[in-house]
Amino acid sequence: MYSEKVMEHFHNPRNVGVIEDADGVGEVGNPTCGDVMKIYIKVDDGRIADIKFQTLGCGAAIATSSMVTEMAMGKPIDEAMQITKAAVAEALGGLPEVKMHCSVLAADGLRAAIEDYRSKNPGK
Amino acid sequence: METKVYLDYAATTPVDPEVLEAMLPYLRDEYGNPSSLYAAGQRAKKAIEDAREIIAGYVSASPEEIVFTGCGSEANNWALVGTAQARKRQGGHIVVSAFEHPSVMEAAKFLAGAGYDVTYVRPGSSGIVEPDQISAALTDETIIVSVMLVNNEVGTVQPVADIARLCTERGIVFHTDAVQAVAKLPVDVAQIGCGLMSLAAHKLYAPKGVGAMYIKKGTKITPFIRGGGQEGKRRAGTHNVAGIVGFGKAIELAVGRRDDDQARIARLSEALLAGLHEKVGDIGVNGDRTRSLPNILNVLVRGVEGESLLLHLDAKGVAVSTGSACSSGSLAPSHVLLAMDIPQEDAHSSLRLTIGRLTTREEIDYLLDVLPPIVFNLRAMSPLYQEGQRV
Repeated sequence: MYSEKVMEHFHNPRNVGVIEDADGVGEVGNPTCGDVMKIYIKVDDGRIADIKFQTLGCGAAIATSSMVTEMAMGKPIDEAMQITKAAVAEALGGLPEVKMHCSVLAADGLRAAIEDYRSKNPGK
Repeated sequence: METKVYLDYAATTPVDPEVLEAMLPYLRDEYGNPSSLYAAGQRAKKAIEDAREIIAGYVSASPEEIVFTGCGSEANNWALVGTAQARKRQGGHIVVSAFEHPSVMEAAKFLAGAGYDVTYVRPGSSGIVEPDQISAALTDETIIVSVMLVNNEVGTVQPVADIARLCTERGIVFHTDAVQAVAKLPVDVAQIGCGLMSLAAHKLYAPKGVGAMYIKKGTKITPFIRGGGQEGKRRAGTHNVAGIVGFGKAIELAVGRRDDDQARIARLSEALLAGLHEKVGDIGVNGDRTRSLPNILNVLVRGVEGESLLLHLDAKGVAVSTGSACSSGSLAPSHVLLAMDIPQEDAHSSLRLTIGRLTTREEIDYLLDVLPPIVFNLRAMSPLYQEGQRV
């Protein structure tokens, strides 16, 4: 059902964990629908210097979380804001139709973390 | 990944070697159509009639009350739709439990769309449909009630004889889906008092693609497939001769093995549950264990999502199932667990482990070795889970 790339990220998720002194944190989803994702970012000189995630969810939720952190790592925050759900799904070699909401969640989680950073650091 | 440990016997079972042996002649040499009058046809006919007799004997019915179908779902669909059509003039109300197999739920939904009134009776959190609640749902318009004998996800045994009595007193047809009960519990149609009962072969070490329905003599039902004169013109279509022969053989074997199988399975199930409490921790059991078949164990593994668990176990060669939405191809978790008032977040964390005739203690031990680190890693990855605290 899943692509090899999805399974590879599922079994070896990148950037799992917590950043204790994160500059921005985004949390999306809710336990009722089975997926909750939290993304932590460190921003240095306008770039995402570090990023970590925690996810409760299915295979696609974990794989998309992992992929979105990999895509965002090192990127200027403006560019990271532009990462779309479609780009996340495509980078994973596609997702089953019913799982597309997981890639929405991952992209939303990243944006929520960046917005949190911006709200704490106006003008950046 | 090769399956090392199979714990999904409620989904399907491997074909017993003796069953396969019994079937082989009808896949190789005996290709006659049982509807043909010449010798080869009559030999095939004899084979299916022998199987019918075994199955009828097993459920205490007469052979003409057993009709072969293509699967359990067909029998369930037919029971509801065929009765609704045949008894249209008696009324337009149908009662089903809210945690029936999808083949009953969808048939009820179809009939609701066709203008029938459907009442869904919810089981309590115990996973038992109480006769009082069925009684309260009945009206003068009720034509059929359908409640399964054993729930396929949580294993709870329903008080079907009491429910059947309520129905019969009021001239209502009672149907029970006995697919998960066969070979595990006595399924005596006289004791239960049902008018219709669905059976499937592949849950008892026979092949997929064959089922049966018990139709009590005198029960009105429209044909499910129209065509030739097979099955007393009630279910047309050339018989699955080898499948039917296998079904009969499997029932014959089950009769001899039931007590041994069930005692062994109950011991394994206890060991499994105790091991899960000890080695995984923070788990719960869905459904009242004291009123369940031991072979079906539905556990709530707090803090993890079922599909992730299933995929990690699959990578270790362990086959299980889950009531999480994510495995079902929809966004809603198991309707069975939701009908039992289990919160959505817990339904997503459910794992169904089902034990069968071939399950060994080594398989249970293997699962108990590989599962804990998987659960701990997933819990550690969760933004919500904290040790000893419910998510």
